[in-house]
Amino acid sequence: MRSEYILKLIENDERIDGRKMDEFRKINVETGCIKRAEGSARVKFGKTDVIVGIKMEIGEPFSDMPNMGVLKTGAEFTPIASPDFESGPPGEDAIELARVVDRGIRESECIDLEKLCLKEEEKVWEVYVDIHIINHDGNLIGASALAAISALKTTKIPKLEDDKIIRDKLEKKLPLLHEPITVTVGKVSDKFIIDSTKEEEEVLNSKLTVAIMEDEKICAMQKGGTDRISFDDIEKMINLAIKKSKELRKLL
Amino acid sequence: MGMKTEEKLIIKGKRIDGRKPDEIREIEMKVGVIPNANGSAQVRFGNTIAIAGVYGPRPLYPKHLQKSDTGILQCRYNMAPFSVDERISPGPSRRSTEITKVTRLALEPALFLEEYPETVVDVYIEILQADGSTRVTGINAASLALADAGVPMRDLVVALSGGKIDDTMIIDLCGKEDNYSEADMPVAFLPRRKEITLLQMDGMLTSEEVKHIIKMILKAGEKIYEKQKEVLRKKYKE
Amino acid sequence: MIETREIVLPGEILADVKEGRPGHGTFIEDGKIISKFLGIPKMGEYISVIPLSGVYIPKRQDKVIGFITGIEKVGWIADINSPWDAFLPLSEAVDEFIDFKKTDISRYYDVGDTVYATILDIKRGSIQLSMREPMARKLKGGVTIKITSSKVPRLIGKEGSMINTIKEKTRTIIRVGQNGVVWISGEKVDKAIKAIKMIDEKSHILGLTDEISKLLSD
Repeated sequence: MRSEYILKLIENDERIDGRKMDEFRKINVETGCIKRAEGSARVKFGKTDVIVGIKMEIGEPFSDMPNMGVLKTGAEFTPIASPDFESGPPGEDAIELARVVDRGIRESECIDLEKLCLKEEEKVWEVYVDIHIINHDGNLIGASALAAISALKTTKIPKLEDDKIIRDKLEKKLPLLHEPITVTVGKVSDKFIIDSTKEEEEVLNSKLTVAIMEDEKICAMQKGGTDRISFDDIEKMINLAIKKSKELRKLL
Repeated sequence: MGMKTEEKLIIKGKRIDGRKPDEIREIEMKVGVIPNANGSAQVRFGNTIAIAGVYGPRPLYPKHLQKSDTGILQCRYNMAPFSVDERISPGPSRRSTEITKVTRLALEPALFLEEYPETVVDVYIEILQADGSTRVTGINAASLALADAGVPMRDLVVALSGGKIDDTMIIDLCGKEDNYSEADMPVAFLPRRKEITLLQMDGMLTSEEVKHIIKMILKAGEKIYEKQKEVLRKKYKE
Repeated sequence: MIETREIVLPGEILADVKEGRPGHGTFIEDGKIISKFLGIPKMGEYISVIPLSGVYIPKRQDKVIGFITGIEKVGWIADINSPWDAFLPLSEAVDEFIDFKKTDISRYYDVGDTVYATILDIKRGSIQLSMREPMARKLKGGVTIKITSSKVPRLIGKEGSMINTIKEKTRTIIRVGQNGVVWISGEKVDKAIKAIKMIDEKSHILGLTDEISKLLSD
C-alpha cells in the first residue's frame, strides 16, 4: 500500500519525491495575474496551485472599530482542485483554512486598516481576500497564506469619485505594516516534515501551523490532525517553523 | 483581538475580577443533567456556562459515512442566541464551524472508537452563557459527558485558555480579557501524559511566551482534572 | 454515608503490568494497566473494569431479548438494544421446510414481537441470532424494561440468588437478557420493576441486597 510505503520512507528520514524532511517543493509566485481584481497572486508549491484575488469594496465599519477598514477572508475548495472536494458552500476545512489565513493577516496588523477609513462610523474600505484552490496536493494553508500576502503587497486601491468606485483607475498601494509568513509543520511518528504533499498528509498524525512576523514573534497558531503532541513536540515544531519562514520571506 | 482599551486590565497584580494571573475562575460541574442522553454534563467557569450531551455509540446514517473498522466522532459546538449581549442568530456560523472542528480533534484522541465499527458517537455542546473561553469550557463538559456515557477513553480531556494582558501572561480569560488581550490561546490536553490535543493562538507572542503560557496551562489544568474526577465519582455516592 | 465499592475513572492507573493481566475495560500504556471506563475495578489474576454505564456490545452465546423491527425474505431484523441491529435467519428460527418465495414468514415472527434468543455469530458488521436453544421463545404479554447491560450480573446475583429472590417475592416470571433488556410477567410486576431499577441505579453500593429485601418485603 502506497501510504504504508510513504510512512516507512518518512520513518527513515526519506520522502517519496526525494526531498529532505525540511525541504520545500519548487515554489512559484506570480502576482497580478487576475487583471479584474485589485490585487492577485498565484502560488504553486509543487503541484499545489492556489490563486488569491483581492477585491476592494466600500462598506460600513464594525461597530467596535468605527475608524478602521474591514478585512474579510474566504476560501473555496473548488471541485476542480481534487476528487475529494464537493460542490456547495464551504465545508469545515475551507472555513478553517480561511480563518487561519485571516488570523495571520489580522493579528499581525499586516494591513494598516486605520488608513482605510473614509468617514468614521460610516464608510470604510473593505478588503476581500478570496482564496481559490486550483489543485490540491497538500500544504493548502501554506500556499494560500503566501498567495494572500503576495497579493496584498501588489494591491492598489481604486479611485473613489463621488462615492463611486472607478476600478480601472487604481491609485495608491494598499498600505501594509507587516508581512506575516505562515508555515505548517507536520508530524509523522516522531519525525517532522515541511510542505507535505496530499499523500503525505494522509499519513500525518498531527500538524502545527504557525504565522510568524519579521521579528520572529508569533501571531497565530493552529494545531491540526487527530493525534496528540507533547510540549517538546510543540517546541520543536515552532522552532522549525520560524527557521523555514525565513526562506519563504525571501520570495516576497 | 484588535480592540484597544485605555483601561488597565491588571492593577497591582490583580485582574479586573480580582484574580491573580494564574488563577482560574470559580468552577461548578455536574454530570447526568440530560436524562435522554447517554451521558451529559454542565460546566461553569465564572459566568461561562456550557452543557454537553453525548448520544452513542449509535447507528450511523447515511451508510456511506460508516467506517468498517471504527466508530466515528461527530461534534457540534453551538451558542444559544441568548448567550451573549447582542443576540446571535440561531444556526451555524463560520466561527462555530471552526470551533466544532477543533473540538472534535481535541476529543477524538481520547476515545477508543475501534471497538464500535460502523457507529457514531455524537457530542453536542451548547454554550448557554458566554463570558470568555467558551470552547474550552465546552470541551471540559464534553469530556465529562463522554465518561458519563460509558464511552471508553484513554484519559479525561482538560481544557483551559491562556493569554497575555498588559504584558502579563494569564490563564482562563474572561470575556473582557478575551476582547482586549494581546494574545488568546485555548489549549486542551490529556492530563496523565500531558499530551496536547487542541492548540490555537491569535495575538502576538514570542515563542518563549507561547511556551510559558502552555506550561502555566498544563499546571493549572491539574485543578480542573481534580474537579472532573470528583464530580464523576460523586455521581455514584450519596 | 453509604459504602460504595471503589470507583475508578477513565485514564486511572490500576496496577503495574507485573501485577496482573489486562482484562475487559483496561488498556496498557507505559507499563501500566489503565481503566478505560468510569466503573468498578476487579483485581485478581485479570485486572478488569466493569463500566457503570455504556451501550451493550454483543458477544457470541449471549442470551438476549430483542424486538423484531423488520422482515426480510430469509429472516428478520431485530433491535437488541445495541448500536447494531441483529439478524435472525429463517434457518435458525423455523424447523420445518419453508419455501420463502411462497410463504409470508410473518406468521412465525412479526414486527413488534419480543424474542428471547441467543447470539449465534458475529461477523464483520452482522450479528446473527438463533432460536434453536431450548430457552429460546417468543415472549408474549408481560412488560420489558431496559437496564445498563453491565449491571446484568448484579441483577442475576451469585448463582441467580438476586433474581430468584425478586421472582419469588413478587410472584413473577422474569427473563434477563445479557443486553440489558428484562422481561417481566406475573403478579407484582410493578414491585419487580422497582427492584430491578434500584439495582440498575445502585449496583455499586454494598448492602444493596439488604435494601432490595426491604423493598420486596414492604
